[in-house]
Amino acid sequence: MSGFFKSSIGRKYAMALSAFFLMIFLLQHFAINMLSVFSPEAFNETSHFMGTFWAVQYLLQPVLIFGVIYHFVMGFILEARNKGARVSKYAKNNGAANSSWMSRNMIYSGLAILAFLVLHFIDFWIPEINTKYIQGDMTGLLADGEGFRYYEELTHKFVSPLRVGAYVVAFIFLSLHLMHGFSSAFQSVGATSMRKKKLQTFGKAYAVIIPLGFIIIALYHHFNH
Amino acid sequence: MVDYKVTDISEHMSFLEMMDVLNEQLVNQGEEPVAFDHDCREGICGMCSMYINGEAHGPDRGVTTCQLHMRMFKDGDTITIEPFRAKAFPVIKDLVVDRSSFDRIQHAGGYISVNTSGNTQDANAIPISKYAADEAMDAATCIGCGACVASCKNASAMLFVGAKVSQYALLPQGRIEAVDRVKNMVAQMDLEGFGNCTNTGACEIECPKGISLENIARMNREYLSANIKD
Amino acid sequence: MSVLDSKVPKGPLKTKWTDYKDHINLVNPANKRNIDVIVVGTGLAGGSAAATLAELGYNVKTFCYQDSPRRAHSIAAQGGINAAKNYQGDGDSVYRLFYDTVKGGDYRSREANVYRLAEVSANIIDQCVAQGVPFARDYGGLLDNRSFGGVLVSRTFYAKGQTGQQLLLGAYSAMNRQIARGKIVPYNRHEMLDVVKVDGKARGIIARNLVTGELERHSAHAVVIASGGYGNLYFLSTNAMGSNATAAWKIHKKGAFFANPCYTQIHPTCIPRSGDYQSKLTLMSESLRNDGRIWVPKNIEDVKAIREGRKKPTDLSEDERDYYLERRYPAFGNLVPRDVASRAAKERCDAGYGVNATGEAVYLDFASAIERYGKEQAKIHNIQNPSAAKIYELGKAIIEAKYGNLFQMYEKIVDENPYETPMMIYPAVHYTMGGIWVDYNLMTTIPGCYAIGEANFSDHGANRLGASALMQGLADGYFVLPYTIGDYLSNEIRTGKIPTDTPEFDEAEKSVQDKIDFFISNNGKHSVDYYHKKLGKIMWDKCGMSRNAQGLKEAASEIKELREDFYKNVSVPGTANELNSELEKAGRVADFLELGELFAKDALLREESCGGHFREESVELEGEQKGEAKRNDAEFAYVAAWEYKGEPSEAVLHKEQLEFNEIELKQRSYK
Repeated sequence: MSGFFKSSIGRKYAMALSAFFLMIFLLQHFAINMLSVFSPEAFNETSHFMGTFWAVQYLLQPVLIFGVIYHFVMGFILEARNKGARVSKYAKNNGAANSSWMSRNMIYSGLAILAFLVLHFIDFWIPEINTKYIQGDMTGLLADGEGFRYYEELTHKFVSPLRVGAYVVAFIFLSLHLMHGFSSAFQSVGATSMRKKKLQTFGKAYAVIIPLGFIIIALYHHFNH
Repeated sequence: MVDYKVTDISEHMSFLEMMDVLNEQLVNQGEEPVAFDHDCREGICGMCSMYINGEAHGPDRGVTTCQLHMRMFKDGDTITIEPFRAKAFPVIKDLVVDRSSFDRIQHAGGYISVNTSGNTQDANAIPISKYAADEAMDAATCIGCGACVASCKNASAMLFVGAKVSQYALLPQGRIEAVDRVKNMVAQMDLEGFGNCTNTGACEIECPKGISLENIARMNREYLSANIKD
Repeated sequence: MSVLDSKVPKGPLKTKWTDYKDHINLVNPANKRNIDVIVVGTGLAGGSAAATLAELGYNVKTFCYQDSPRRAHSIAAQGGINAAKNYQGDGDSVYRLFYDTVKGGDYRSREANVYRLAEVSANIIDQCVAQGVPFARDYGGLLDNRSFGGVLVSRTFYAKGQTGQQLLLGAYSAMNRQIARGKIVPYNRHEMLDVVKVDGKARGIIARNLVTGELERHSAHAVVIASGGYGNLYFLSTNAMGSNATAAWKIHKKGAFFANPCYTQIHPTCIPRSGDYQSKLTLMSESLRNDGRIWVPKNIEDVKAIREGRKKPTDLSEDERDYYLERRYPAFGNLVPRDVASRAAKERCDAGYGVNATGEAVYLDFASAIERYGKEQAKIHNIQNPSAAKIYELGKAIIEAKYGNLFQMYEKIVDENPYETPMMIYPAVHYTMGGIWVDYNLMTTIPGCYAIGEANFSDHGANRLGASALMQGLADGYFVLPYTIGDYLSNEIRTGKIPTDTPEFDEAEKSVQDKIDFFISNNGKHSVDYYHKKLGKIMWDKCGMSRNAQGLKEAASEIKELREDFYKNVSVPGTANELNSELEKAGRVADFLELGELFAKDALLREESCGGHFREESVELEGEQKGEAKRNDAEFAYVAAWEYKGEPSEAVLHKEQLEFNEIELKQRSYK
């Protein structure tokens, strides 16, 4: 296997595998967020479990962070190389004639998602780390000690219309990214069935339903609080 | 970019016949004609290679430039013609590009190591299922024109290499060297400076022979299994 | 005794080649490493020869004007390749293939060569399958066959409608293997512009790098010419735009005799011309005649109505149609040989029955095949009382599977759907049976200079059968030349590397340079194409599908005049030190302008009708064969080999008498 991940095809596999991981993560993130709409209690309990269970915190979380960074860095490296494979540009190029906008602009949808992730980290992840590991408060309770803090924090974030707007835009980009990325990842790992309609339809559904769900959650909390 | 005006064009002309008329006009005016690659003019040699109005081999589907007819355009249109552009396809002159990188990829493994003595076994000794033979034929139909590279936003050659790898991978004769073949051809492809495939599918749409993306998927599988076996 | 020695070995026909191989001189493997061979042209013949010679151990250099060996025009062959495998069990054998080829060639080929060709044909299929050529197969996994014109068995192997492409890619892959080993050095985008002779032997070539314009000297112990035919003499042909006779003509000028230049094949199923701007003609595989029926309207009124657009071909009922091939040749019907089918189309069109605006087109109709296949499929799928629409749908699917790519090509060019309306076809120049004279070893009259494939005068006599060109190219390259060249090279093991800084190379390069300088500085007023088109028109009008003494004499003198005008008034823009396609064309047309005159001279001399050469003065006057071509074996059963003496008109004729021991000479009857 030496040199596999240095080859063009090896990198495709790497991109696809990190994408699969991120897509699965996205699914579980979505499922937990959805709880906040139906049952704040369940949401709180699950969040507390995820936030304090050692395997999640010390195993999955680093893997996730690595996966995210890897996917982005590799994406940038590939983009730079691919740009370099055509030194002089076409004077006239009709890309729309043979490929989707999404497939041609993964780097831009990716950048939009990256910008969102920065906001997301500032909003949630950094405060979490601060609370748990710097201040050492692993209780997950509100400052007054009346129940878990997770649901309160969540709803609090969706008060500002500006922030909600940014979330909505970011998830639209995520949808565009997934619209190509889902089936592309399957094609990259050589899945024959990528050619079959079912998987493509499933991919499209995933790319629409998951981001749309996140948007609905954000809007739900915005208008209910 | 130079603007030329060309008159007396019939809708039944092929695109290259229109270029002939243009060049005839230029020669008669004592100017140098526009250099372009062409040969068989029936869509099989893969020599013609123009990027017409932003698409490899122009706006029609399933054809090479020599089979593109002027009826695809309107009278009075301005048509933008460029060479295929890729780092691995340096321009030689005007619309002529150097595609020898494709040849070098094939030198790296585009063959079955069998002596040309004719003393092989009988052609019918190994039955091959019609489906496998037909699928191999579909991959082998590639004419090596480079439209896939030209159309790909990354100037990737994976459709071409995928087709070559697939043809042999699908036939029992080709299985014997499958591991080395895919590794060597992919290594050479990377060395030539082609970009990486991002599965936009542009190559499949613009391919004059309709080579399927499935060939890239197959190459990816072959490459993975070759690396695992090694 | 003629100066021509065919060197056909003695002994019974059936064992000649085997016995000959058993006694031929061989070169020790260690010595092969010290011997260089140049191969000009990388089509089926050149590509397969280069690969095999390199594999044997010789150092090979290949030259082609295309940007890759894989683009040689063999790639455009569609229909298939013949081989006496008898996989179908329909009575085929080596002898039958041999017999059909000699008969199809109208008894103007060398018996021993053709027998050898038939013998090695089966090996070609084995070889190609081993190389990974994806031939069509049946559901049992075995190789499929189809039948072609002029024969009564199914012996044609095919890969969709792209057999030539697949075989060439096979040969190219064999080349790739040798290129990777360093045994072949490919010189692509190079054109051979002269052969260099030292002490009477071919010792190298002068080639122009078509990208930089630089002239290069390459030496070798033997030079193999595999540069194809000269169909582009006619300007409009099914050949590639770059196909040319320059390599063949240059060796002719240095002493290689040119044989039977008048034998040209006009292929019956091409897409008709649509206007004066036309740059080339497109062939539709002859395999279409397996299922297509050729016809013109019976009544001249219907012809007029169709031309004026008042009627459509589909409006005509069965009894208003003249299926003239089925009428004239009931035994072979639409599957008569190419020359017969072409002339029959010309006969109908000359009589005024041509169905398009130019009056030069006949119909090729698939309606009855679609119906026949549709009914058959309905039975297979157990559909009771199928509707006409269902039958059409089922039948169309079969036709699409068999000829889909051809139908699509037709539709792109003509803008008509051939599933719904009959195709229009007309004959076009396709292949040249004539070429450089070679002996049994495939050596020309220049020692050490070989000619293979379409470039030699070959095994097809006066007419080539369908699917035989691929067979001959690969037979020469894979299985004949690699043996026979060893006989010559066994005397070269002590020669050592041949230097290129000798007076012979100086002189050859200078003459090439002078010619290039002449074209660049000529400042004439007409483009090269202007002359090429004029030459093509003379050839088509006077040396086309039928020829007569008057026309041929006119052709010879008109070509001479045209050549003189060419040298005075041709204009080649640009410089010599760059990619300059006008300069390339100028050199090629200059050679065509000489070859064309020799062609007319040869055709005038041959006062008989044979194969592709039809003399209006020589037809059967009575009996069942009335109006058919009349061959004259008593006077013309020879190969006409021409020796260059300056002007084409001064060329000297040498005859190689053809002897037939195994086959009785008969009139070809396809009735």
